Amino acid sequence: MAHSGKKTILLVLRHSPYGSSLAKASVDVALATAAFSQAIDLLFLGDGVLQLIPDQDSRALGMKNVGRQLASLPLYDINHVYVDAEAVMRYSVDLSQAPVDTRALDKEQIHRLMVGYDHLLGL
Amino acid sequence: MIYSLLVLSSPVSGHGSRTAAEFAQCVLARGHSIRRVFFLDAGTLASSGTSVFAQDESDPVHLWVALAEQHALELVICISSALKYGMLDQAEANRHGRPGPTINPVFAVAGLGQLVDACAHSDRLITFGG
Repeated sequence: MAHSGKKTILLVLRHSPYGSSLAKASVDVALATAAFSQAIDLLFLGDGVLQLIPDQDSRALGMKNVGRQLASLPLYDINHVYVDAEAVMRYSVDLSQAPVDTRALDKEQIHRLMVGYDHLLGL
Repeated sequence: MIYSLLVLSSPVSGHGSRTAAEFAQCVLARGHSIRRVFFLDAGTLASSGTSVFAQDESDPVHLWVALAEQHALELVICISSALKYGMLDQAEANRHGRPGPTINPVFAVAGLGQLVDACAHSDRLITFGG
């Protein structure tokens, strides 16, 4: 049992981009974690896949553009971004045009992914 | 074992904040330690020093204050969430020209780095709400 040092973190993003403030909060957590040189990967799960919709325009809502924030992930060395394939199908999200490159996983693969991290951070 | 808690739930909607406080009590009673409780988004409302609850309702904010006083538990509210929710300490009230502090002083206002630190130095990070 390690008490200090680096921990591997999987941030699980489960919220639609503009239905609450949690989507933006989770992106902030991702960027802050990476800025402190901690290993963090992302998984968009369920409604969270809606954050990956291409060409988001949030100006009419008076909210920050979550898609644009996600596009900056590679600048923070966040390179492993996974996505729930079933939810992508359900919502017909075009991943080829998503703001960030992702890898789609089925339920079994998501389960195997989750057990491989020290911490699951679900927002 | 070293725990940290991330609280997203508002103390006045649902039971996430109360469950988190009761979980913290149990963790400490079993001899484990808690490095930090980090409050984010609506969770920051738990720091309110001005909330008033009806006499026939329990006061979930008080649970956190009691934990902090009895166990020297570190309670940290995320500064960017806290400012939006009007949860200000004296320094932030001064900085932003607001009439006065609104949080109970057992809570500290800090950045997301404190959540990152909690992750790095805890065996378990438990999230409540979201």
